[in-house]
Amino acid sequence: MVNALIRYSKVLEIRGDIIRIQVPKRLVEQGNGPRFGELAVVEDQPSFLSLAQVIDLRMESVTLQLFQGTKGLSTDASVRFLGHPMGVTYSENILGRVFRGNGSPIDGGPDLSQEPRVPLGGPSANPMRRKLPSNMIRTDVPMIDLFNCLVESQKIPIFSVAGEPYNAFISRIGIQADSDIVVFGGLGLIFDDYHFFRTSLEEAGVFSRTVMFINQASDPVVERLLVPDMALTVAEHFAVNEGKRVLVLLTDMTAFADGLKEVGVSMDQVPSNRGYMGDLYTQLATHYEKACNFAQGGSVTILGVTTMPGNDVTHPVPDNTGYITEGQFYLHNGVIDPFGSLSRLKQLVIGKVTREDHGQLMNTLIRFYSGAKEAEQKQAMAFELSNFDHKLLKFGGLFRERFMDINVSMPLENALDLGWQTLAECFDAGELLMKQALIDKYFVQ
Amino acid sequence: MNAQHNPARIIAVQESFVTIRMADSNARPLMKNEMVEICPQQGSAEYPVRLKAEIMRVNGKEAHAQVFENTRGVGIGDPVVQTGQMLSVSLGPGLLGQVYDGLQNPLEELAVQYGTFLPRGAEESALDRKRSWSFVPIVQVGTRLKAGDVIGTVQEGRLAHKIMVPFDQPGEVVVTWIQQGAFTIDMAVAHLKDEKGREQTMTLSQKWPVRRPLPTHMLEKNLCKRLYPSEPLITTQRIIDTFFPIAQGGTACIPGPFGAGKTVLQHLMAKYSTADIVIVIACGERAGEVVEIITEFPKLTDPRGGGSLMDRTIIICNTSSMPVAAREASIFTGITLGEYYRQMGFNVLILADSTSRWAQAMREMSGRLEEIPGEEAFPAYLDSSIKSVYERAGIIQSRDGDIGALTLVGTVSPAGGNFDEPVTQSTLGTVKSFLGLSADRAYKRFYPAIDPLLSWSRYLEQLAPWFTKKFSGNWDKQVGALLALLQEGDRVNQMMQVTGEEGINLDDFVTFLKARLLDDAYLQQDAFDPVDASCSLARQEVVFNLIYKLVNRTYTFADKDAARHHFITVTGLFKNLNYAGEKSPDYDSLLSQLEQIAADS
Ligand SMILES: Nc1ncnc2c1ncn2[C@@H]1O[C@H](COP(=O)(O)OP(=O)(O)OP(=O)(O)O)[C@@H](O)[C@H]1O
Ligand SMILES: [Mg+2]
Repeated sequence: MVNALIRYSKVLEIRGDIIRIQVPKRLVEQGNGPRFGELAVVEDQPSFLSLAQVIDLRMESVTLQLFQGTKGLSTDASVRFLGHPMGVTYSENILGRVFRGNGSPIDGGPDLSQEPRVPLGGPSANPMRRKLPSNMIRTDVPMIDLFNCLVESQKIPIFSVAGEPYNAFISRIGIQADSDIVVFGGLGLIFDDYHFFRTSLEEAGVFSRTVMFINQASDPVVERLLVPDMALTVAEHFAVNEGKRVLVLLTDMTAFADGLKEVGVSMDQVPSNRGYMGDLYTQLATHYEKACNFAQGGSVTILGVTTMPGNDVTHPVPDNTGYITEGQFYLHNGVIDPFGSLSRLKQLVIGKVTREDHGQLMNTLIRFYSGAKEAEQKQAMAFELSNFDHKLLKFGGLFRERFMDINVSMPLENALDLGWQTLAECFDAGELLMKQALIDKYFVQ
Repeated sequence: MNAQHNPARIIAVQESFVTIRMADSNARPLMKNEMVEICPQQGSAEYPVRLKAEIMRVNGKEAHAQVFENTRGVGIGDPVVQTGQMLSVSLGPGLLGQVYDGLQNPLEELAVQYGTFLPRGAEESALDRKRSWSFVPIVQVGTRLKAGDVIGTVQEGRLAHKIMVPFDQPGEVVVTWIQQGAFTIDMAVAHLKDEKGREQTMTLSQKWPVRRPLPTHMLEKNLCKRLYPSEPLITTQRIIDTFFPIAQGGTACIPGPFGAGKTVLQHLMAKYSTADIVIVIACGERAGEVVEIITEFPKLTDPRGGGSLMDRTIIICNTSSMPVAAREASIFTGITLGEYYRQMGFNVLILADSTSRWAQAMREMSGRLEEIPGEEAFPAYLDSSIKSVYERAGIIQSRDGDIGALTLVGTVSPAGGNFDEPVTQSTLGTVKSFLGLSADRAYKRFYPAIDPLLSWSRYLEQLAPWFTKKFSGNWDKQVGALLALLQEGDRVNQMMQVTGEEGINLDDFVTFLKARLLDDAYLQQDAFDPVDASCSLARQEVVFNLIYKLVNRTYTFADKDAARHHFITVTGLFKNLNYAGEKSPDYDSLLSQLEQIAADS
């Protein structure tokens, strides 16, 4: 770290979150100039101090992005390069701790500065060393367990809109889901939400196996962009080094995408779609792809929240997310939509690790519920209703109440039994169009 | 690497984009599309990192290069080795069954070498250099040869892999030495002398720059010729083979919103299509989907016999978290391998998922070059790039008379599921079969969610002679009639949305039910059912004729309820028929029940 001792103080430009400084030619010629991605400390009088990262290198100048932003920074500032890229603290001791986006603890707990650090990001896993997912993660939410199973190592977002109870929902899953470690990444969280997450994890007794990375709404946007990296880097290390099954919760990834947009604009990049840069897909994908079932090691599962601006699923953020993740849960009007929601990995566990009737029962319930929706539409249009339509209407009401209500919590087996019971209350065996062997075994009228 | 030249140096770094300057003295000239290797002076201690990059633009003594890796740790002044080569792939026996990254590094070898993660700058030989192959010459000393001519073969699995004279060999060469026996890919198997008397050595492998179509020179010199596609590629998906066929050597695209079933459909094609060789290019999509293939395919048998499905498959895997520049290259890597096997006379199917990610990679690179952006910030050459990729498909007859085909099927992932965007539009302007997936059908779980009212295939007409010869003289007319029925059914359905069932007459209602039957029983096909997942052409003929009779016989119903009841019963029988194995008792009994119903009137 030859250059760690040298202070650079010729500021050429300050703009957005970035500063450009002059680098002495002599250093560069000796091969001691700054390196791409290198971390630096920017200081200024009276008390300005921020970490920064090299984002552009030229012959005589270097551009740095400041994690804390540049408010109040003057041309008197000086920069010290640290000789290594950004990292995050990783050891057993980070469990039960809360960090902010620049990686320092904010919970007033013991000092961690001597703990080992690992670089952020890191290379992607070799597909030849990934394993086909095969374990179901039980959440006791019937709309998930029964209709769209969450599978270990899956990456799946909750698509929702402002005002919906997605935070309560994701924290409930974090608590109920069966995993070794929970890593929580909060992006642009308002204080009340941060408080809510922290207390619910504490009260549920999971806090001691949780790590939190929190970027609050009032924190700088560059730090927000680091939160998913920190959360996922730590998760990956627990999975690979310790063989842990890690569940990562990220809320709200739309704030992450908006942060990228903000930074991109300030760097004069050309946006491709509604102000978002052309690399939005790649940016989101490199993070979500950290979800992985390691052949040698544990797993990383990612459950995120993506709020849809204007409830528009074609908005670039949910749209790009949907193209990356393995399905999605739609949360609107306080319920998980049985149609738009999809778990693309469910076929890997349904009927394989779950009960034999699971697949057929799930399809039949959905088919009847979609029939019920059509019958409701007919009713609303005042069209004639058949006998069967009336049966469907009854089923629709029961289905919403017993399965869709977000507060319902029950093990999968009970949900399956309740499914059969609901069918029995509404239909005759001949109307089910299911395999006869299953009807004989489970259908009791 | 060439020791006589002084290396170029890095003079600027922006993300994965670097500017280099050639040495002041004894420099090697800069070449566009040249591969260069950056040697960061602060590499990791474990192994010296060399980051590959491709020169995209030359400007005096400087050049802009796109790095195929993360540039973390690169600094001003780092040396850059110029290779003098364009981005190339190795061609030779041992490609089949491999899983490569976008630059043709074998992922299994990387895993053996480096473990769970893909470290930067890691490189392994694309072909096994230790394995030996039994080479059988088919020419003798003194034989005169031209580019692409076959000098002999080695047995690669069930295929006779031809060893060919370099594809850009100028003029004529004469064999001065050739030997039978077991050779590794680096050993000499023959010597050739050109017209100027220069000798060259041939091994079992050769290199080819991926951005140049492999038969370019041979086509110019009339050493091979392109033929007009006239046979279908059988996918065993009913809706495709019957209604929207794809020609062998043809092109098709599968656009659709996320989750509509593009990847599942391509995986079905990879499993069941009647191709000799399938190349799957996972371009900027999920790693998990590749894991599915590499877990499943070795356990499945090749429908053409002999060996596992994996033995006829090559996977190019540059998934979404792997470097963007290599993603852009991966399509060309895959196509070049396909062209190589086509040149041997094989029927190759390339499945690219997704071409939108490739186009986006191009957009990211164009942005860095500060080119003037076009629509949605795509570069102005988007359209011509897409066209030139699909133009690499086609049928080639080589000098020995063998005919090979390269069929190219790409998925498109339009933003917001809206087909009115540049990549979909340019693709539609060049492919001849359009399998459009609709969110609406996927949402209803009508799989494969190909929308029959939206999709088209210009091969329907082109292949009509083949189908009418194979099946019956009016096959094409019958297909046309059923497509018209789907339109009619849709018209009635739309009317019903407004007026309710009571608002339309019984005849119209029956038309609607017939269209539904055709949809439920023929167009839809269950990818996850062991039988229904694949429907052979012979079986398609049987069920097609059956359904054609069912919708064309006359019906008299008392009322709509009776009509509905009838068609629900028929649909139920038909679905069960689709699930019944061809030789099973169920199959025979369901078939005869349905034949009975079709004959009634
Ligand atoms: N033919 C089919 N039969 C049954 N299910 C299907 C079929 N096609 C798709 N599906 C269901 O839809 C899910 C999504 O399909 P797929 O992954 O192919 O979508 P996609 O169009 O490739 O999406 P993306 O653009 O996000 O990659 C599958 O996991 C499966 O559950
Ligand atoms: Mg896909």
